[in-house]
Amino acid sequence: MSTSDIAIPPSSSVLDLRSVPPSEATGHGEGGPAPKRIVVGYGFWIFLLSDIIMFSAFFASFAVLGSATAGGPGAAQLFDLRNVQIETACLLLSSVCCGIATLAVEQRYALLTQLALLATGVLGAAFLILEVREFASLIAQGAGPSRSAFLSSFFALVGCHGAHITAGLLWLGTMMAQFYAKGFRADICRRYFCFSLFWHALDIIWVAIFTIVYLIGVRS
Amino acid sequence: MNDIVSHADGMGDLAPGERSETTRSFGAGFRSYLIGFAIAAGLTIASFWAAQSTLIYGPAVSVALITLAVAQMGIHLVFFLHITTGPDNTNNVLALAFGILIVFFIIVGSLWIMSNMDHMSVPMDQLMRMQP
Amino acid sequence: MLGKLTWQAIPFDQPIPLYSAAVVGMMLLAVLLWVAVKGYVPYLWREWITSVDHKRIGVMYCALALLMLLRGFIDALMMRSQQAFAFHAAGYLPPEHYNQIFSAHGTIMIFFVAMPFMVGLMNFVVPLQLGVRDVAFPTLNSVGFWLTAAGSLLVNVSLVVGEFSRVGWLPYPPLSGIQYSPGVGVDYYLWALEISGAGTLVGGINLVTTILKTRAPGMRYMRMPVFCWTSLASNLLMVAAFPVLTATLAMLLLDRYLDFHFFTNEAGGNAMMFVNLIWVWGHPEVYILALPAFGVFSEVVSTFSGKPLFGYRSMVAATMTICVLSFMVWLHHFFTMGAGANVNGFFGIMSMIIAVPTGVKIFNWLFTMYRGRVRFSVAMHWAIGFMVTFVIGGMTGVLLAMPPADFVMHNSLFLVAHFHNVVIGAVLFGAFAGYNYWFPKAFGFALDERLGKAAFWCWFVGFYVAFVPLYVTGLLGMTRRLQHYDQPQWHPWILVAGVGALIILCGIALQAAQLVVSIRSRQRRTDRTGDPWDGRTLEWATPSPPPLFNFAVLPNVKGEEPYWGMKRKAITAMQLSPEPSYEPIEVPRNSATGIVTAFLAFVLGFALIWHIWWMAALALVGAYATFVVFAWRDVAESVLPAEEVARIDRANRSARALALTEMHA
Repeated sequence: MSTSDIAIPPSSSVLDLRSVPPSEATGHGEGGPAPKRIVVGYGFWIFLLSDIIMFSAFFASFAVLGSATAGGPGAAQLFDLRNVQIETACLLLSSVCCGIATLAVEQRYALLTQLALLATGVLGAAFLILEVREFASLIAQGAGPSRSAFLSSFFALVGCHGAHITAGLLWLGTMMAQFYAKGFRADICRRYFCFSLFWHALDIIWVAIFTIVYLIGVRS
Repeated sequence: MNDIVSHADGMGDLAPGERSETTRSFGAGFRSYLIGFAIAAGLTIASFWAAQSTLIYGPAVSVALITLAVAQMGIHLVFFLHITTGPDNTNNVLALAFGILIVFFIIVGSLWIMSNMDHMSVPMDQLMRMQP
Repeated sequence: MLGKLTWQAIPFDQPIPLYSAAVVGMMLLAVLLWVAVKGYVPYLWREWITSVDHKRIGVMYCALALLMLLRGFIDALMMRSQQAFAFHAAGYLPPEHYNQIFSAHGTIMIFFVAMPFMVGLMNFVVPLQLGVRDVAFPTLNSVGFWLTAAGSLLVNVSLVVGEFSRVGWLPYPPLSGIQYSPGVGVDYYLWALEISGAGTLVGGINLVTTILKTRAPGMRYMRMPVFCWTSLASNLLMVAAFPVLTATLAMLLLDRYLDFHFFTNEAGGNAMMFVNLIWVWGHPEVYILALPAFGVFSEVVSTFSGKPLFGYRSMVAATMTICVLSFMVWLHHFFTMGAGANVNGFFGIMSMIIAVPTGVKIFNWLFTMYRGRVRFSVAMHWAIGFMVTFVIGGMTGVLLAMPPADFVMHNSLFLVAHFHNVVIGAVLFGAFAGYNYWFPKAFGFALDERLGKAAFWCWFVGFYVAFVPLYVTGLLGMTRRLQHYDQPQWHPWILVAGVGALIILCGIALQAAQLVVSIRSRQRRTDRTGDPWDGRTLEWATPSPPPLFNFAVLPNVKGEEPYWGMKRKAITAMQLSPEPSYEPIEVPRNSATGIVTAFLAFVLGFALIWHIWWMAALALVGAYATFVVFAWRDVAESVLPAEEVARIDRANRSARALALTEMHA
């Protein structure tokens, strides 16, 4: 009745992964606990899914309340599509820069990492500035969130995305500082890969936002 | 178990966003991002164009826009997040599928329910005017 | 300077909250003083507060739940007594106060009793059953617990400073909007749940990752114990449903704080959207609570029937089916809101369909017991009590699932009786079964059996005496949440229900006695081998309590019920297998991140409730600083030397070897 009765032949308490046949694909648990980079990455992936579901609740509200303009201005009157184009371009380019940073981290190119991350951050900040300006101008013309349910749901949905971008920029800054101070330590790289998942996911959500809120919104 | 990059551990499992052995090099990765960017940019431009074009039959534009959006999301998933259908990505794809299923239930369900309620109920401003 | 906070916030003019706050405050002070004077603070800080060990965190979750059960139950007693007195009378609780009590009762029971209890059991047991050393993210686990505690603290502080929400455990607008609920009560509720919801989400992510990515070698999916499967389903639901709660409560907060119009009557808001979204969360929530309880029963029934669980595959299939179906039935909570026959029909049928997999489970448990050698331990009492009670509650649920019937009984006491029937029957009974079953594992000594059985009977009888009359009054037309009434035909039933509540009070008192008596006589009831119940799953392979690292050497799993297999082998061979070679083990370090984050969250919540903006800003800055400090740490783990591991394991081996010889003597 001891734990060792069914233990692996004495070679390690930490798992001897090489003793497991490689044909056992993911999820069957044949090899024991997965390496940290998979555990961390997968955990963050699950978090991202929860985040996407949270956005979907805001999207559902927008879909339901989208026509409730309460006699006030609607999408067609308010939205400047050129601004949205520039925002989209910024975010897409930012994603690409993030991708390049990922490649640089994998190869441990310190300078390229910092430059690519800086570009990612600058483009993300540009997106944010444009969005804040858009919000400010809407509020200035009396089309703030208290004007109607449509505007409430617009500000909440797009604002939530913007808040995520803001948090992402803070995270990005911290990552850059960590790479600078501590180099390519394994745990820092794992966190960076989580950040890149986050950043790409935000771009995916932006695709949904500009399509549904702006493009389709303006047409109806 | 502290590693930056996966190696031939025979585990057959990938973290989300991780590329498999065969596409490991910087060049291959760079190409992936570049191609992804090009297609995504093209689809984005197509979206903006379709939104204000008169060439597409009016009511079909929304459908076209949604299709283009889904395509863009797919490009992001494949070229930026390196999601594949291989057995080493099974958990990642399953989790994503579960999430998408729930999103579908929430949005479609809410729309169906609320539009039915709308059909059946007195408009709110009319209701407020009925107050004593 | 302090926003809306003034001395008026303390209820000097309301005797009941004032005196109860004073009593609780003094008891709290007494406990804190005793802890400080006895010098327990360093021990508590080192071994519990900053611990990232899943076992400690699991125990703390359960302790929180039991404590909050007392508060929630006192609320229940007050409600029952108010209704007993208030026939053609005003009773002793003014309406504003009564409304706070039923709101607090529901909120506390669901969010701070049922959830933490289930999460605590899962946290404690799942890594042990999977044969691993801890959950996937130990420090995050600690953060999740402390955030839940912070949320519960906010709810309790509302008793002393300000008031609690008066709008029910789900704050339907427009009543919960700023116009009709201008006080701080709803804000307390909202921030407490946003904070503890974040904790729940974090816990959900943790356990999903643990179950899917960290298991002992050889433990394939279909070799996992059923409790792990139900935990997986429950945590997947947490990850999927709680974001909707977060978003919906955030929308209500935006309406209240920043004059948004999601749910207002003016400017195009739609209050029905709140009801829709909140139940998108609300229905999966009840399965989040019930599934782990079903898992507990699977373990308990198979252990105390001396047989492997019947129909393992169908159990797994039923569990995962429930997981998906639970997102397809939510409208049955508002059939009467007016979506029309087609919508109601679809959701009514789905609600009946979801009863089927649960029925499969009940049959599997019964077939497990059939021809088994059933031992009627305390946990088994709870399990059998559950089977009877939950089936009745489930049947009334299927009854309510028919829209025409629901139109008559929606929001009546019939509904109240139904959901108490299923939640108490499944979740609470499951919690108590798990508590009695795994207590020896957690603390090294078993609980008193006699007192445990007496407590069970008081709870079981008390439950029926308290709630069957409510079915009757519901059918007689009594609505829920009535502060007073004048229908004579309801009165006798309400009196009987009050008696039932008192019987349950006896049950709770007996459970408290059970704990005290067991602690006092713990030397007599030590669990020497770590396997007091002749268990079948891997947690019983460890000593009681398990060492920090759980397993000296991770088990290599070769089939279902791995521990049962190796026990049989040892008993047949009349000896333990050879001693393994011990190696140093990395253990995650303690961290104050959890408690600091939660403290800041509490400050943030309190500041936002009372509109103390500078304090809120400081708390946010503090949160970011905590994140950076945590991210900056260089050493996340410490190493336990092999000699230490060997010493601990050898002690357990000799205890088990002794038990083996005693068995053959």
